[in-house]
Amino acid sequence: TTPGLILFFQSGRPLGTGVRLGLGLRMNRTKGDEEEYWNSSKFKAFTFDDEDDELSQLKESKRAVNSLRDFVDDDDDDDLERVSWTGEPVGSISWSIKETAGNSGSTHEGREQLKSRNSFSSYAQLPKPTSTYSLSSFFRGRTRPGSFQSLSDALSDTPAKSYAPELGRPKGEYRDYSNDWSPSDTVRRLRKGKVCSLERFRSLQDKLQLLEEAVSMHDGNVITAVLIFLKRTLSKEILFRELEVRQIALRHLIHFLKEIGDQKLLLDLFRFLDRTEELALSHYREHLNIQDPDKRKEFLKTCIGLPFSAEDSAHIQDHYTLLERQIIIEANDRHLESAGQTEIFRKHPRKASILNMPLVTTLFYSCFYHYTEAEIPDKQYVLTALAARAKLRAWNDVDALFTTKNWLGYTKKRAPIGFHRVVEILHKNNAPVQILQEYVNLVEDVDTKLNLATKFKCHDVVIDTCRDLKDRQQLLAYRSKVDKGSVEEEKIDALLSSSQIRWKN
Amino acid sequence: RPGFTMLARLLPGKKDLFIEADLMSPLDRIASVSILKQHEVDKLYKVENKPALSSNEQLCFLVRPRIKNMRYIASLVNADKVAGRTRKYKVIFSPQKFYACEMVLEEEGIYGDVSCDEWAFSLLPLDVDLLSMELPEFFRDYFLEGDQRWINTVAQALHLLSALYGPFPNCYGIGRCAKMAYELWRKLEEEEDGETKGRRPEIGHIFLLDRDVDFVTALCSQVVYEGLVDDTFRIKCGSVDFGPEVTSSDKSLKVLLNAEDKVFHEIRNEHFSNVFGFLSQKARNLQAQYDRRRGMDIKQMKNFVSQELKGLKQEHRLLSLHIGACESIMKKKTKQDFQELIKTEHALLEGFNIRESTSYIEEHIDRQVSPIESLRLMCLLSITENGLIPKDYRSLKTQYLQSYGPEHMLTFSNLRRAGLLTEQGPGDTLTAVESKVSKLVTDKAAGKITDAFSSLAKRSNFRAISKKLNLIPRVDGEYDLKVPRDMAYVFSGAYVPLSCRIIEQVLERRSWQGLDEVVRLLNCGDFAFTDMTKEDKASSESLRLILVVFLGGCTFSEISALRFLGREKGYRFIFLTTAVTNSARLMEAMSEVKA
Repeated sequence: TTPGLILFFQSGRPLGTGVRLGLGLRMNRTKGDEEEYWNSSKFKAFTFDDEDDELSQLKESKRAVNSLRDFVDDDDDDDLERVSWTGEPVGSISWSIKETAGNSGSTHEGREQLKSRNSFSSYAQLPKPTSTYSLSSFFRGRTRPGSFQSLSDALSDTPAKSYAPELGRPKGEYRDYSNDWSPSDTVRRLRKGKVCSLERFRSLQDKLQLLEEAVSMHDGNVITAVLIFLKRTLSKEILFRELEVRQIALRHLIHFLKEIGDQKLLLDLFRFLDRTEELALSHYREHLNIQDPDKRKEFLKTCIGLPFSAEDSAHIQDHYTLLERQIIIEANDRHLESAGQTEIFRKHPRKASILNMPLVTTLFYSCFYHYTEAEIPDKQYVLTALAARAKLRAWNDVDALFTTKNWLGYTKKRAPIGFHRVVEILHKNNAPVQILQEYVNLVEDVDTKLNLATKFKCHDVVIDTCRDLKDRQQLLAYRSKVDKGSVEEEKIDALLSSSQIRWKN
Repeated sequence: RPGFTMLARLLPGKKDLFIEADLMSPLDRIASVSILKQHEVDKLYKVENKPALSSNEQLCFLVRPRIKNMRYIASLVNADKVAGRTRKYKVIFSPQKFYACEMVLEEEGIYGDVSCDEWAFSLLPLDVDLLSMELPEFFRDYFLEGDQRWINTVAQALHLLSALYGPFPNCYGIGRCAKMAYELWRKLEEEEDGETKGRRPEIGHIFLLDRDVDFVTALCSQVVYEGLVDDTFRIKCGSVDFGPEVTSSDKSLKVLLNAEDKVFHEIRNEHFSNVFGFLSQKARNLQAQYDRRRGMDIKQMKNFVSQELKGLKQEHRLLSLHIGACESIMKKKTKQDFQELIKTEHALLEGFNIRESTSYIEEHIDRQVSPIESLRLMCLLSITENGLIPKDYRSLKTQYLQSYGPEHMLTFSNLRRAGLLTEQGPGDTLTAVESKVSKLVTDKAAGKITDAFSSLAKRSNFRAISKKLNLIPRVDGEYDLKVPRDMAYVFSGAYVPLSCRIIEQVLERRSWQGLDEVVRLLNCGDFAFTDMTKEDKASSESLRLILVVFLGGCTFSEISALRFLGREKGYRFIFLTTAVTNSARLMEAMSEVKA
């Protein structure tokens, strides 16, 4: 009932949609062979003297601790479990708010639910909050400057009179009101949050003096307050001209304009300052607020001619083209899917729209539903296409992906990402041993090949490699790893007894 | 009755309270629903981009001073006006209101219809040695936008602390923001003197440091337990949500992590590889304690139950939680190739195998591994190498946009402005326009405006600084993480955090003397300061106590490193930070997200 809550508790928001591929699939790497990692670093990061041992030790401890639960859970351990702030069970504020949000329609029901839910609030406090951690007494009086104890102790002992902000006396603000404060007095009053009219600063010189006082005070709030006044009382040409040589104030104005969303003045300012790239990027940023795909596309079109850097110009063009194609694909595929005639969509229904997805996701999508070529860098293409076709178990496509013809017409296998990566990706996608074997064989480095073959149980490759290396000992060792009476064992035995081979050991 | 100052600011009588999401966790630490109910708060709402269906006659809003909050309130009030409805509205700004907010209220025609108040809540003690201002936006506002709106808040916090603990006899700082906050604080002290006059100082030293003095440390993966828990589960306002995978039950648990958690207290600063051993030992001891009950007679058993059982049960719960957390961390880290990641980071820190690291990052991007991780690694590469070579910059950026979306062009622009991700080559630190302007500045204002560009997009000089300060310890054989020899243990013995090293060096010298070259390399020529009062009323005890102020956030690794330094040198550190941060938070602050 409360989907919004997750967002609540996580300070981080998901960034873009890149990670999650359109189909809910992820191209993650896995790594089976952990030991290799644990032991290969100069510095120990997560390296343990004996990792297996440590982990099993931990597991054991966990079992031990959990087994104690029977004894522990037998009685009143609830008191440890729930927040009991004032003696009664309560939910946390965050928790409670989401409840209101979920029930804002019917208040009574909402409250009932809130009441009943309180008792199994998941908010547990470990250890219990104690008075030292509550700031509730933050503003109480401190009598003696005793020796230093703990921060929280000391903080709970503060006099209210001097630290509570000056508030709740609006009349007092006017009592000492005067019309001829100097710029520095004015700025000081502003810093204290007091009412202060700036109208008497009418000459340019007075205004600028006021601004300089504000800047020298360092308080951004005051600088902005003065800028709001200047913006209202100066023509923009004069304002811009004066700010160009006052960089600190200028930055405050730019940030202020961004925040209040005065895009027009912001663009004018960038134009005046000759900051063409910022101008272009500011304009481009607006596309994020346009939800409708066609309108967004049209907007992106207007960005193409803007004064971006050469490289960003290309990216903008790409962005436009990408969305343009996505709109076509989306319309087409939605139609195909709803018609129900196309097998691939029936077998693998789409999990999300392809609109506004990154290029690589789009490529993955295309390689999945429409296996076509696309122009993107070699590595990125190969990785993506490989993952998509392997997922569909389209081994011929996988084969074609790595087959190149030279000018004499001979075919050759080549993988820009290295065949060891190919093998790992295939294995992750549950490729059968025959397929894996083929690519393990293409790994150039013999040690890597042998490691991979052992890891993925490509027996033939291991056996053949040992034979080629004339490594009798290793072959002998491997014999124990294959099944008794298997074809592999026979093959090994035949090799071991062969007189043709000159073993090196 | 606690003098809870926020409650005093609410409208009297029955009302609904709207709270901004970012203020909820801090508020949870100091209040509860039942306390709010006692103060006649009927219903609670979150301030968000949705119309709220409140039927109450009085509405209170507790918000950060942000424009979008003002717009939200305005839409609500104006909708009431259209419907011919009159209600009472009150906005409580925390920690203070900004003039820009009032301007929006005025523009929206509701100035006067709503009353405004402030709740100067800006120091949240997260632990016995850690105070947080809970202002994560400080980082973006200042280090990206150059907005100084929070400097007054920092100065006020220092003012409060000096009122509590007496004057600070020795003050040091580095960074433009540090200097400004310090100057503004001095001004406050002068205006309202008397408070601290004649008081004996309790805090001997205070050290202010800007986050941009050391981005590198904040960008590294954390491997001490507390940092790792933060990186993995996100500690928020001193507590963490452990999901079912940790609690080994079907529910999540929100757990406070601080010195009162006895198990956590013992492992928080440990390198992760030691934590297992510790927990195992602890589990065995616990088992032994429980086993003791077997041979007991009734009287002994009674004693056991009344005196020890509760403690043991508490410990048991904590232990199983942290074991669960460790297990979950192990699983996640193994899955994401943590070892290889750490290897790459160490290579970047030491400056070897740059090509290899670059292709590692490239592959990260191509395989659409987390966008934040990819960004972080690129930034680490950029800062340690004084910018990416143009060819790499273009190619990584292009691939990044293709993997994670073209709108990240804006993110790259932000990172470049903040100096986190730049391109090598002449003219990359100052664009043509900026040079023109700085020329204008010198011509016109005759140096009146100091170094307007210094905080943005400067050369990092990390390699040279690292050499000068010996940040990469020479390791002969194994670095024993169980018995750390220096602060480098927080990064597996590979790197001493720059920020902490600076603090160590300055405290040792009681000044910046002899560090001129480092200060110059940090681009802080004008912003490294020392201020000492001559009076020596400070007791030797107080001189052991050091307040470190991080402007723009600090990481748990830095806190652990300084706690270690404190134990070694007999200091006691306390920390004041604008927020606790980590690499992911820094990157997210720089990212452009969809509106």
